[in-house]
Amino acid sequence: MPDGGIGASSKRREDVRFLTGKGNYTDDINIHGQAYVHFLRSDVAHGRIRRLDTAEAEKMPGVLRIFTAADFEGVGGIPCGWQVTDRHGNPMQEPKHPVLAEGKVRYVGEMIAGVVAETPAQARDAAEAIVVDIEELPAVIDMKEAVKDGAPKVHDELESNLCYDWGFVEENREAVDEAIRNAHHVTTLELVNNRLVANPMEPRVAIGVYDRASDEHTLYTTSQNPHVIRLLMGAFVLGIPEHKLRVISPDVGGGFGSKIFHYAEEAFCTFAAKAVGRPVKWTCSRSEAFISDAQGRDHVTKIELALDEEGHFLAIRTDTYANMGAYLSTFAPSVPTWLHGTLMAGNYKTPLIYVNVKAVFTNTVPVDAYRGAGRPEASFQLERVIDKAAREMGIDPVELRRRNFITEFPYATPVAVEYDTGDYNATMDKLLEMADVAGFEKRLEESRKRGKLRGLGINCYIEACGIAPSSLVGQLGARAGLYESATVRVNATGGLVIMTGSHSHGQGHETAFPQVVADMIGIDPSMVEVVHGDTANTPMGMGTYGSRSLAVGGSAIVRATEKIIAKAKKIAAHLLEASEADIELKDGQFTVAGTDKSVAWGDVTLAAYVPHNYPLEDLEPGLEETAFYDPSNFTYPAGAYACEVEVDPDTGKVEIVSFCAADDFGNVVNPMIVDGQVHGGLGQGIGQALLEHAVYDENGQLLTGSFMDYAMPRASDVPFYKVDHSCQTPCTHNPLGVKGCGEAGAIGSPPAVVNAVVDALQRAGHDVTHIDMPLTPSRVWAAMQQG
Amino acid sequence: MTKVSMTVNGKAVSGEVEGRTLLVDFLRQGLGLTGTHVGCDTSQCGACVVHVDGKAVKSCTMFALEAEGAHVTTIEGMANPDGSLSTLQQAFQDHHGLQCGFCTPGMIMSAAALLAENPRPSEAEIREYLEGNLCRCTGYHNIVKAIMAASGQDVSSIAAE
Repeated sequence: MPDGGIGASSKRREDVRFLTGKGNYTDDINIHGQAYVHFLRSDVAHGRIRRLDTAEAEKMPGVLRIFTAADFEGVGGIPCGWQVTDRHGNPMQEPKHPVLAEGKVRYVGEMIAGVVAETPAQARDAAEAIVVDIEELPAVIDMKEAVKDGAPKVHDELESNLCYDWGFVEENREAVDEAIRNAHHVTTLELVNNRLVANPMEPRVAIGVYDRASDEHTLYTTSQNPHVIRLLMGAFVLGIPEHKLRVISPDVGGGFGSKIFHYAEEAFCTFAAKAVGRPVKWTCSRSEAFISDAQGRDHVTKIELALDEEGHFLAIRTDTYANMGAYLSTFAPSVPTWLHGTLMAGNYKTPLIYVNVKAVFTNTVPVDAYRGAGRPEASFQLERVIDKAAREMGIDPVELRRRNFITEFPYATPVAVEYDTGDYNATMDKLLEMADVAGFEKRLEESRKRGKLRGLGINCYIEACGIAPSSLVGQLGARAGLYESATVRVNATGGLVIMTGSHSHGQGHETAFPQVVADMIGIDPSMVEVVHGDTANTPMGMGTYGSRSLAVGGSAIVRATEKIIAKAKKIAAHLLEASEADIELKDGQFTVAGTDKSVAWGDVTLAAYVPHNYPLEDLEPGLEETAFYDPSNFTYPAGAYACEVEVDPDTGKVEIVSFCAADDFGNVVNPMIVDGQVHGGLGQGIGQALLEHAVYDENGQLLTGSFMDYAMPRASDVPFYKVDHSCQTPCTHNPLGVKGCGEAGAIGSPPAVVNAVVDALQRAGHDVTHIDMPLTPSRVWAAMQQG
Repeated sequence: MTKVSMTVNGKAVSGEVEGRTLLVDFLRQGLGLTGTHVGCDTSQCGACVVHVDGKAVKSCTMFALEAEGAHVTTIEGMANPDGSLSTLQQAFQDHHGLQCGFCTPGMIMSAAALLAENPRPSEAEIREYLEGNLCRCTGYHNIVKAIMAASGQDVSSIAAE
C-alpha cells in the first residue's frame, strides 16, 4: 500500500496556496468591465416605506443604475427549502421573501435598493443620497411577546407571527404527560440557547456575469453548495434554466452553515448583470454581514425530565420557542424540528419523549442553520437537565448517565431515528482517563489555595449526520433530495480527477478524498486531483453541511471508484488474456490470481483511451464513471466531553483550564484533519458558552453588530484541547464506515462548560442551578450574589 | 487622485490613489496582491496584517498614502527565495494550523512579527500576541502549536497531535 491512504495524517495539499497568498477567494476574482453594487439597507426593524426617491442619487458620479422593488416585479421571492407541517396537520405559514423590500421593511439590514456604479465608493456615496422615508411601526423582538394576541404582525398577510406549532411525536403527548405526572422525580429547567452569528472569516461576495452572445449567466458566490444555489435561484427566483446558469464557488473562507442558504444578494447580482449589461460585484463588509447573514440558535426552552427512584429516565417533555427572524431562510424551518426533536433521546434509553416547538417570526435577521443546527440545542438542554437531575437526586452525574446509556444497537429511539452503532461507555471511559477525573479533588484544592473556584463538567452528546436519506426527508417536508454525487475521471496516463458535488471551505477535501481513491486502487494520492465548486464541471450534488461530505459524498466517490475498478479489471483481463474473475488489483497492479502475470494501472488506463488491443465489442473505450449515493440512514457520531474551569470569585470571570473530547466518529480517513475539525468546533462551542451573543434592543437594533461588540473567541480565551477518536464503532450502512466529525465539537462543548461553571459555584456553596449562556463575568458574578 | 510609491516585497511600485484609499485596497486592487484579506471593517480580525518597515500593521487601518516610500511585505513575499515554504509557513502546514485559509495570511504575518521580536515565545505569549487575529476554523490550537514549533520548541507533548 502506498503512503497516504485511508488512516494517514497526510499534510494538506491546499495549504501551500493558502500559505503563500495564492488562494482564489471570490473577492479575489475581478471580471473585466465589472461594476459594483452597494445596498441601501433598512435602519429600522419594522416600517412602511412611504417614499423612496432615487432621482438625486441617480445623478451622482459613476452611477449606472439604481434598482428598487419595482424593478423586480415578476421575479420570484427567495424560496424556503423545507415545509414543516404543524401538529394539527397544517402547513407552516410561509411569507413571501422579496429580493428587495416591497412596501415594508421587516428587519434592520433588509435590502431596500441596490446602487450599481463604476466603483464601490461611488456606489456607496450614491446609496447615501437616496431619499427614503419610512413610517416606523412597532417591532416584535421577543418571541413570547410576538405570539400574544394583538402583537404587531411582521407579515400583515399572515394570521399571526406563529410560523408553526410543531409536536413530535404528537401521538406520545398524553402518555408523556401522564408519565411526568406519576414520576418519582421530575427535574425542570428553563434555559435560553443564545443567538449567535456564524462569522466565517471571509464575508460573503457575489459576482453576477451575463454573456449576451450565449444568453448564459454565471454567478460567482461564497457558497457551501453551488448546485443548490443554481437550482433555487434559477428555478424559483429568476426563471433561468440550469443549462443557462453556472454557479462557481471557488475557495471559500469558512461557512459554518451561514453560506448554505440562497441569499437575495446573489439573485440581485445575477439579475442586475443582465439588466446593466456589465458584470456586477458585491463584497459584503463585516458590519453588513452582521445584519444580513442568517444567524443561529435563538431558542427559549423549558425541559422536564421524569425519573424513577433509581434514576432511570421515564419521559422527557420540552417546550421551545424558536426564532425564525423576519423571513424563512433556506433551511430555517427544519432546524428546530427535524434536526432538533429527533435528537432529544440523546445517548439514553428514555421510552417517552414529546417535543413541542413554536417557530416565531420577529423583526430580526433570519435565523437558520449554524454549526450543528438543532442538534446543539437538543444536546444542551438534555445534558443540562440531566446534570441538574443528578444533583437533585444525589447521584453522580456520570453514573446517572451510565445508568441510562443505550447499550444495544441498532436502537430505535422514540423520536423516529435508529442509531446503527455506538459505545457510549467506551467514550466515557476514555474521557475519564483523558481528563484525569480521579485527580480532580487535588486540583480543586490547588485552585482553592489560589483563591479560585474550580469545577468539572462532563456530558455526552449525539448527533445525526450524513444528511440525509432523500425519501425520508421528502416525507418530512424537504423540498430537495440529499444524496451526493461524484464523477471519477481516469486520464490516459493513469491520473484521476474526482469531481464532487460537495464543497470544501476548510475541511480539506482536496487532501482527504484522494486518500480514499488512492487507497482503493493502490496508487499514490498525488495522482488524484479533486474538482469542486463549479456547477459546470461537477455532477449535481447537494454540497457540504451537516458533516455529510465524507459520509455521503465520500460514499459516492467510493461507488464511482468501484465502477472504475470493475471496468479496469475487464480491460486488464483482456490484456492478460485471463478470466475477469481471476483479476486482482493490489498496489496499482492487476494480477492474475495464482500466477506472476500482471499489468500496471497505467497500462490499463492507457488501453482504455488508446484501445488498439481492447475488447471493443464488449466494452466502451474510456474510463470515467459517475455515482449518486443516497444514504439509507443518518450517521450517529457520539462522544463524551469534559470541561474544567476556574472561576474568579471576585469578578465572575471563567477560565477554561482544560477541555477533553472523546469522540466516536467511526472510521477515520485523515486523523489530523479530524482533530482539527474537533478543535474548531470546540472553539465555537466555548465561544457560545462564554462569549458570543447576538443582542437586539427592544426596537430591533442589533447591539452587537461588529467585532467591537460581538465577542468572538480569541487565542487567549481557549486552552490546548485534548481530543481523541480512538473509540470507533464504524457506521454500518455506508461503505467507508464513517460518521462525520464537523459539528461534534460545537454540539458537545456548551453543556460541558456550563456544567463545569455550575459545579464550581455549587462546590463553593452557591445555590446556583443554571446560568444562561454566554457565561460572562457579570452573569456569573450576579449568580454568585443571588445564592 | 494622488500618486503613491512604495516598495512591496522588494519591488518598487507606484499607483494613483484617492486620499481615502486604504493600504489594503491599494495592495489588493491596485497591485493585484490578493493574498492580503479583508475580514472586517473595525480593525479587529487581522486578516489584512502586512509588514510596513518591518512592523506588523493592519493594512485596513492605514491609508495607502501613509505608506509613501515605505517597505511593505505581504504574504506573497514570505516564502523562501526559491519559492519553497518558509520555516513558519511549513510549520503551519505540518501542524494543520489552517483550515479555510482566509485568516492565514494575517496569522503568518503576525506570527512572523512576533518571532522577530521574541524568538522563543511561550504558549501564553503567543496567545496574547494573537489578540488582534481572529480565526473561526481552528480553535487556535494548531496555530499556537505551529508557531511554537516554528520557533524550535518541542511540541510533541502537546495533546491531540
